[in-house]
Amino acid sequence: MTMNDSDFRKLARLDRGTLELWIEEEWLIPSGPNAEFAFSEIDLARARLIQELIRDLGVNEAGVGVILNLLDQMHSLRSVLKELSQTTRHPST
Amino acid sequence: MNDPYELLGVTRTASSEDLQKAYRRLAKKLHPDLNPDNKQAEERFKEVASAYDLLSNPEKRDRFDRGEIDATGSERPEQRFYKDFVAEAPAGHPYYNRSGFADYGDADQIFSELFRRQAEQSAQARASNSRYRLSIEFLESINGATKRVALPNGKSIEVTIPAGIREGQMLRLRSKGVDPAAGEEGENLVEISIKPHQYFRRQGDDIHVDLPVTLAEAVLGSSIKVPTAGGPVMLKVPKGSNTGAVLRLKGKGAPREGGNGDELVKLKVVLPSVSNEELEAFLSGWKPGAEYDPRREMQI
Repeated sequence: MTMNDSDFRKLARLDRGTLELWIEEEWLIPSGPNAEFAFSEIDLARARLIQELIRDLGVNEAGVGVILNLLDQMHSLRSVLKELSQTTRHPST
Repeated sequence: MNDPYELLGVTRTASSEDLQKAYRRLAKKLHPDLNPDNKQAEERFKEVASAYDLLSNPEKRDRFDRGEIDATGSERPEQRFYKDFVAEAPAGHPYYNRSGFADYGDADQIFSELFRRQAEQSAQARASNSRYRLSIEFLESINGATKRVALPNGKSIEVTIPAGIREGQMLRLRSKGVDPAAGEEGENLVEISIKPHQYFRRQGDDIHVDLPVTLAEAVLGSSIKVPTAGGPVMLKVPKGSNTGAVLRLKGKGAPREGGNGDELVKLKVVLPSVSNEELEAFLSGWKPGAEYDPRREMQI
């Protein structure tokens, strides 16, 4: 499921300026060219996470960037490890 | 659901600030996105979050305190967290980031193979909106060049710099995807930044250079070698050229439509760096006359 800019802002409860800032900071990376961004469910879940970090956990802007960067690295490493465990389990594939 | 006050570890008289503080403390420890794969933390987080939802709403808290409602039914609906979406996303999703363990790949063949495969998928997914910065030498910007740009996925692409490119100009490059029919071919934007040159400065399509000349070259005129972006050329300095005089080398500037800009050579007379007795002796005996007053306009 993909959504356009305005649907995404409605679902994520974001104003235009905040969304632009988050995209600029690369906290969100929508697909498609600048004028017609397309957002997916993973973007929506990520926007909610950012909101929780700020509102519920009291993380400031600099902290959000650091956390997202580390989270992205952690998830990437986890996906590599997952594939590794599958490869070692089924060496023929 | 257990007693919400107990879950948050606060007393019944806790203020809303106390509640928030307690919730934050627990959420930092238990948030499922900070503890992927920790089912226990996730379960506790859900309970704590539901307790906070109940107690942070003054009306609900009052009714709970009076025993009109209990904590059941206030649980949060089944929530899917960011980690759940990432886990299902293909390896090449836009938030894939291997920078923290990029150099790990060399250690082990299985690892490097996996990293390579994932980076490839990642590159395809990212190709649609990638931006890079490329810093080039001044002369490369005037004469054109071919550069290799290292991409975050460890690959590199060849970039042809057209002659005459300007600071900040964007180059659009099509990267080769695995299967163009499936839309895997993307665009890379490369922003050019030009390092300053020791002698040359660009203004519009012209190139400016300051050229030191000797006193004799300036007074008597001469033919001297001048650097240009395309290599040194001979320049005729007319007799009696002064410091600040600008000589134009036609067509030796930056390329533009239908030709080239010019190189503008500004002369700067430089005296010998060590004192020269002959010159001093000559000048002591030299009477140039009243018309030689370079400060006349200053009326001092």
